[in-house]
Amino acid sequence: MAQLSSNLLYIAFVLYLVATFFFAGSIKDKRAQAEKGQNRWAFIAIWVTLAGFISQLGYFIARWAASGHAPVSNLFEFTTFFGMMLVGAFIIIYFIYKTPVLGVFTLPVAVLVIAYASMFPREISPLIPALQSDWLHIHVTTAAAGEAILAISFAAGLIYLLKSVDQSRSSKSTFWLEATMFALVTTLGFVLVATIFSMMDYKADFTYIDKNETEAKITYSIPALIGPHEGKLLTQDRIEPLVKVPAIINAKKLNTVIWSFFGGIVLYGIIRLILRKRISAKLQPLVKNVNLDLVDEIGYRSVLIGFPIFTLGALIFAMIWAQMAWTRFWGWDPKEVWALITWLFYAAFLHLRMSRGWHGEKSAWLAMIGFVIIMFNLIAVNLVIAGLHSYA
Amino acid sequence: MADVKCECGHVNPHGTILCEACGRILDESQSGTKLVDMRYEGSARRSQVYNKTIIDKIWNFFSSVKVGVWLIVITLVASAVGTILPQEFYIPPTVTADQYYQEEYGWFGKLYYHLGFHNLYSSWWYLILIASIGMSILIASIDRFFPLYRSLKKQTVSRHEGFLKRQRIFGITKPDHSEIELEQIAKHLSEHRYKVRLENGNILAEKGRFSRWGPYVNHIGLIVFLIGAMLRFVPGMYVDELLWIREGETKEIPGTKGQYYLSSEKFILEVYEQDKEHENFSAAIEKNGMIAKNYQSNVTLYKRDGKAIPGEEPELTKIKDHKIKVNQPLKYDHYAAYQVDYKLDELNKMKFHLTNKESGETFGLITVDLYDPKPEYDLEKGYSVELMSYFPDFEFDENGEPSTKSKIPNNPAFIFKMFTPDTPKGEVSFVAIKQTLEPLGENDYKLAFAGIETKNVSALTIRKDLTLWILFAGGIIFMVGVIQGAYWNHRRIWIQKKDGEIWMAAHTNKNWHGLKRDINRIIKNTSLIEPADQLQEGKSSKKGKINSGSTKQ
Ligand code: HEM
Repeated sequence: MAQLSSNLLYIAFVLYLVATFFFAGSIKDKRAQAEKGQNRWAFIAIWVTLAGFISQLGYFIARWAASGHAPVSNLFEFTTFFGMMLVGAFIIIYFIYKTPVLGVFTLPVAVLVIAYASMFPREISPLIPALQSDWLHIHVTTAAAGEAILAISFAAGLIYLLKSVDQSRSSKSTFWLEATMFALVTTLGFVLVATIFSMMDYKADFTYIDKNETEAKITYSIPALIGPHEGKLLTQDRIEPLVKVPAIINAKKLNTVIWSFFGGIVLYGIIRLILRKRISAKLQPLVKNVNLDLVDEIGYRSVLIGFPIFTLGALIFAMIWAQMAWTRFWGWDPKEVWALITWLFYAAFLHLRMSRGWHGEKSAWLAMIGFVIIMFNLIAVNLVIAGLHSYA
Repeated sequence: MADVKCECGHVNPHGTILCEACGRILDESQSGTKLVDMRYEGSARRSQVYNKTIIDKIWNFFSSVKVGVWLIVITLVASAVGTILPQEFYIPPTVTADQYYQEEYGWFGKLYYHLGFHNLYSSWWYLILIASIGMSILIASIDRFFPLYRSLKKQTVSRHEGFLKRQRIFGITKPDHSEIELEQIAKHLSEHRYKVRLENGNILAEKGRFSRWGPYVNHIGLIVFLIGAMLRFVPGMYVDELLWIREGETKEIPGTKGQYYLSSEKFILEVYEQDKEHENFSAAIEKNGMIAKNYQSNVTLYKRDGKAIPGEEPELTKIKDHKIKVNQPLKYDHYAAYQVDYKLDELNKMKFHLTNKESGETFGLITVDLYDPKPEYDLEKGYSVELMSYFPDFEFDENGEPSTKSKIPNNPAFIFKMFTPDTPKGEVSFVAIKQTLEPLGENDYKLAFAGIETKNVSALTIRKDLTLWILFAGGIIFMVGVIQGAYWNHRRIWIQKKDGEIWMAAHTNKNWHGLKRDINRIIKNTSLIEPADQLQEGKSSKKGKINSGSTKQ
């Protein structure tokens, strides 16, 4: 069952990639573009997407059967689920608006999210007492669904900006848009670095002195550029760290961040060398036929659809669970606070949309910021600021 | 303030932009624009009309959406800052906040502490921010509700030309058989669940008006929630106590005014074990070592009969047995007891044999209950032990005198006096863990250590929260409101005959795509042409922005 489950996830992953190319093909297909609605490419693309989604659903169910609980209880499972919901949200929006170009941008993000998720420990783990609650699973799945629908507005915003930002000269807009591209490439960089070293089976053990001044042991699975506090390398033939950091900094995480950044820069450099212009400039022709007003509306609607679901899942269900598991419905732990921040942000977004001048480009920028907040809560809060929710 | 009379004869309140009856533009400054601003139907709001007294000024301040958004954004940023370092209630209780932030995080920690961010969420300024948001929601909603209510109630079918022309969706058809077609269109509209009103051959079709109340409903939900959160501070609404209870112990439940008692039978800790769990879990268990499976206290709840009399044993009636686990609290009469912590194998009893040092012969076993030691243990036949002093948590104080750190028997020590037929005056012995002293000279007898008994202790949080239902109601009202406002929208289609032409205009508060799709379905098989999206036309002529582009409510 566990094996079947991970195979299904691989299949889904590949299908999403294939679907992306078909969606890209469908907007290149001039002939079909003229007649309204779907063309042949788009038709295939959406079916491949659906097949991928069903396969991932299979992964979810099989893993559920194998572990006896809904697989949303650690960072790998939760992030993968978020990727699945992203595809699900895309499918729904696609059937409302029939815009293949949305697939060209949403599916790669989903693929990236799933690839990223797979870098975390993947073994099936039994539930600790606090997590043994149906409400937890209801809370996590609904919250992820809400976040995924909200994230569609990111894809829409990206499309909007790719078309509307003038690439013929450098500006703040081109800079930030390119920064977004760089962030996506860096995520890919992380995935590549982690995959390469895990294929090489790289392991380096260290002893070091931790924050409480006791000796501890740690295993790096990528080469240590940043070593732990007073770290001593135990494994032979491994690279000695270039610098060692004080105990209050988590050296292993910092090392991973630096490697990802490094991987991102190299990858981005290569891409730029090949393209000879900004990634966003290169992508611009892909979106030249999109109707800006429609894309703007898609972004706004996905926020409208996602906001109530997010509220229900990330705040109301979360409070019900917290009341049972932690004796109080709200405890100001970082994960909770970031859910509140996300909620406040999208509330502000909805209110700004009511005034003139916040449609179109400004809205699109807001959608980007919203996605950054969501990803921050999804990943960074778990890794950087560990709270009660400290998965993984 | 003078009312404004429209050409159609309707009298509008001062400040109205679009005539409530016919939709003609009353506000001169708007008459040059290409599209009308349909927010709040162009009605007069208090905040735009009055600006004299201080109350008006406060009212206007809080009723502004711009101010509301600023308040939300400031709260958002402040909340984020509060997560940079742990809040005070998450730091270890053994150190003071003052030291902790400085030692752990250096100058930044010190600054963070001095700026009060270590206790951000209960700081006065954070609470004021939240209160201002509440205020803003309330005032903004009242400010808009009444005028909006008036104009939505009072919609007329026939509208002024200028009103129709300046709708975002607008088109003119020149048909031949307009009579027949209008009826057919009215039928189509009804089929698409529009409420159709016909008047002098003009049509107003409307759908989803109730969604306009969505924001007001959700704002009421928020207000109810905030009121609920405030009620927490009313005495009697909220109880938060901690109860440490040992196996076999019966204790009054704190926070219940002596009404309820709890006895603990057993505390159970289970971990996942490699060979007992499914093989799918092996990898995780091997990697992570011990993974907790269950924390459980088996308890019995009692209610006291009659009044509490100090010094007297209470009379208890059993109410129920319960196995308290994480996520499964014991609930009764608005109180709930949650499993939150535990301590395993706490020392509970110590046993000693009274022994003759030389022969090794023993003369009976004494068992000292470390929570309730007896002054004397009679071993019959002339043998007995007197407990002269007891130090549950033994240490030598500054003067070198034996003393105790706490009442918890972490390191118990005793001074015993042993009586035997040989030593009727008694011998004094100081007994602590792994050591025996004989302060008053060599003894013939000793108390030989004969074992301990331990017990597990459970920590239970005792909670009563009468505000939960209010909060829950607020949550439900909020959800109803957002769903109402987000998943439905208010669509209107006006169709009028003017000089043999058919004019068609349409408005929605959101989701124009859906409105256009509706229109396309409705005019199918009729000779009406599809009305244009006037905003789109503006756009196609390159970057040209139409200033009242937003026609959202
Ligand atoms: C965190 C708090 C708040 C939440 C979650 C919230 C939620 C909402 C939502 C979901 C809408 C509907 C938006 C749409 O349909 O596009 C709305 C509308 C509105 N909100 Fe809020 N709101 C909040 C605070 C405020 C504040 C502080 C103000 C004060 C100015 C305010 C004033 C309004 C107004 C005037 C509307 C439009 C009403 C209408 O369309 O008739 N809201 N709010």
